[in-house]
Amino acid sequence: MQVMVAMSGGVDSSVAAALLRDEGHDVIGVTLKLWGGDSDSGCCSVSDVDDARRVAAQLDIDHLVFNFAEDFDRDVVEPYVADHAMGITPNPCIECNRHLKFDRLMARADALGFDMVATGHHARIVHAQDGRLRLARGADLAKDQSYVIHMLTARQLERVLFPIGAMTKEEVRARAFALGLRTATKPDSQDVCFISHTGGGRRVFLGDRITMHAGRLVDEDGSELGGVDAVELVTIGQRRGLGIGIDGRPRYPLDVDVAERTVLVGSADALDVTGEMLHGFTWVDEIARARCASAEGLAAQASAHGDPIPVASVTETRAGVELAWVRPTRRVAPGQSVVVYDGDIVLGGGLVSRR
Amino acid sequence: MASYLDHAATGPMRPEAIEAMMPFLSERFANPSGAHRSARDARRAVDDAREELADLVGARPGDVVFTSGGTESDNLAIFGLGTGDGTAVTSASEHHAVLDPVESVGGRVVPVTRFGAVDEDELSRALGEGPVRVVSLMLVNNETGVISDLASLADVVRACAPSAVFHTDAVQGFCWTDIASACAPADAFSLSAHKFGGPKGVGALVVREGVPLVARQLGGGQERERRSGTQNVAGIVAMATAARLAAEDRSRELLRIAALRDRLLDGLLAAVPDAIETAGPDRSTRAAGIAHLCIPGVESEALLFLLERGEVSASAASSCASGAVQSSHVLDAMGVAPDLSRGSLRLSLGWSSTDTDVDEALAVIPPAVARLREFGL
Repeated sequence: MQVMVAMSGGVDSSVAAALLRDEGHDVIGVTLKLWGGDSDSGCCSVSDVDDARRVAAQLDIDHLVFNFAEDFDRDVVEPYVADHAMGITPNPCIECNRHLKFDRLMARADALGFDMVATGHHARIVHAQDGRLRLARGADLAKDQSYVIHMLTARQLERVLFPIGAMTKEEVRARAFALGLRTATKPDSQDVCFISHTGGGRRVFLGDRITMHAGRLVDEDGSELGGVDAVELVTIGQRRGLGIGIDGRPRYPLDVDVAERTVLVGSADALDVTGEMLHGFTWVDEIARARCASAEGLAAQASAHGDPIPVASVTETRAGVELAWVRPTRRVAPGQSVVVYDGDIVLGGGLVSRR
Repeated sequence: MASYLDHAATGPMRPEAIEAMMPFLSERFANPSGAHRSARDARRAVDDAREELADLVGARPGDVVFTSGGTESDNLAIFGLGTGDGTAVTSASEHHAVLDPVESVGGRVVPVTRFGAVDEDELSRALGEGPVRVVSLMLVNNETGVISDLASLADVVRACAPSAVFHTDAVQGFCWTDIASACAPADAFSLSAHKFGGPKGVGALVVREGVPLVARQLGGGQERERRSGTQNVAGIVAMATAARLAAEDRSRELLRIAALRDRLLDGLLAAVPDAIETAGPDRSTRAAGIAHLCIPGVESEALLFLLERGEVSASAASSCASGAVQSSHVLDAMGVAPDLSRGSLRLSLGWSSTDTDVDEALAVIPPAVARLREFGL
């Protein structure tokens, strides 16, 4: 098969390319240039492209760079900034996977005559009992990335390969060592790739693009507990406390009203909710959708490496998909994704709506 | 057979140039600044090359400052030419080797017209905004092949900024214009050997007598204190050889290559619906070796891949350090609509180009465009 492998310059995609080559596929490595802005810091810097190119050379496969910076700006960075301006906390990695890796890249691979697109994600594609394709957690649960690629539909899965999904990270590194790949000891990428940590992080990145507004902290009883210097940087449900209540206990953000420059806070207990409303929900397919009629055995995950939380029901309403937790659970920030699993199998996922 | 249509990026060396440089990589290896017989031998080779090149481009031997190539020559020109605290002025369609230095000194950038010519009214306005030390306007645009009317531009410069030095980046011009007459209106000009059959890593800044130049690279005082560093003797010798051959062949090659270019362009315009010639239909104002098209409804990055699979090597706009295709500042400056510039394609010919190269491009490009359009890319 002709396979286009997305190579980030990291160890996982390096080994993915190696495995495919060893299986005898006609493999070509592609590095996506996503970000060319002033704060170019992470995933697509020239040194990462160098790593990908040199690994490809070691594997004796061709390597190309696709410039998707314009798409990345439009589909990932701009929405990221716009969401924060509204007090919403998006996950740009998910949007990048949705729009760039599994939309833009797949379309291009199609047009250029490739059969499959492969990435170095820690996730597996398995056959369900009915023979349909399902996205499943990677074998290395600590590195599992099924959450950030949950939007893949069964139809897309037919065209995707995750060659290292059945390996542990340790096995991946061992393989890279055995092959003598220069990325063997390269640390995992962290955080948001387009935000430089040396350049002041999220605060500076957003501050350069939107006006930050100082705001008041208002307790549930209406009393004012001080202020924050940027309501746009407050994440609902965040674990770091904001202010101390009249009872001497820490308060946590329950809601952000950017227009009113107000952060509603409450005690740790008040953070817990009985469920979440999700919009922009993607089902893997209709069978997966039907599976949710009974929540028996279903759990949902609200962050990349968060624990799966048992679900009492998954109900489709006009407003979106309503998820009820089995027991009160810490609220998830609007804009974050919640992914529904049946065991290790992804059924679908959506974005948390504002309350 | 492969069709190489990227001569504006670089081309194969002329065999005679390779032959000429070889002795200086082996037995005639000496440093021309040395004080012994073999050093004098190397020095003589550099002097001969300098005289030959100067003669070919209408300059005096002492005007020629050998450098590492076009980019260094342009940088030396922008940072080093002229006196006083005036600024630098250039046009928006220049190569980054000029544009970036000009921007780094806070210079002024003059707009160009839809067909890539420097807007003379805007130029005179920019020159009148304050003191100007150096003006740099390229002879042949590396993307579109548009040839500037340097005589007319020089008149504007002399009239509006009489004390400014007028430099031209002539890197793309050597094969397609008679440099001696084309660059006659300029006080200084940049050349690069690998654009006319010489090796990479060698070029020259030609600076006419009396034009002030402050060195940027200090050290051993080579090139009459204007560019320190041991000369690239083999490269310089090969550059002069390639220059001689290019100049000797020029009138014949211009006709041959223009005919190939016309067949290529006419064939593509006929076979690819909606394709346009980026710099307009008048090819007489463009370098014979550069064909530039915009093909709406395709992305050049994807097109280049399909061309490569069909063994046709071409280019889109400029490439960045990572090798990714970047949007073209030249096309932006010309006001080419984004849906057109997204599908830009530069096919450039050179001394080694043949009819077969054109035939293959004509066989490969139209179906590749059709495929991408079918996929909506």
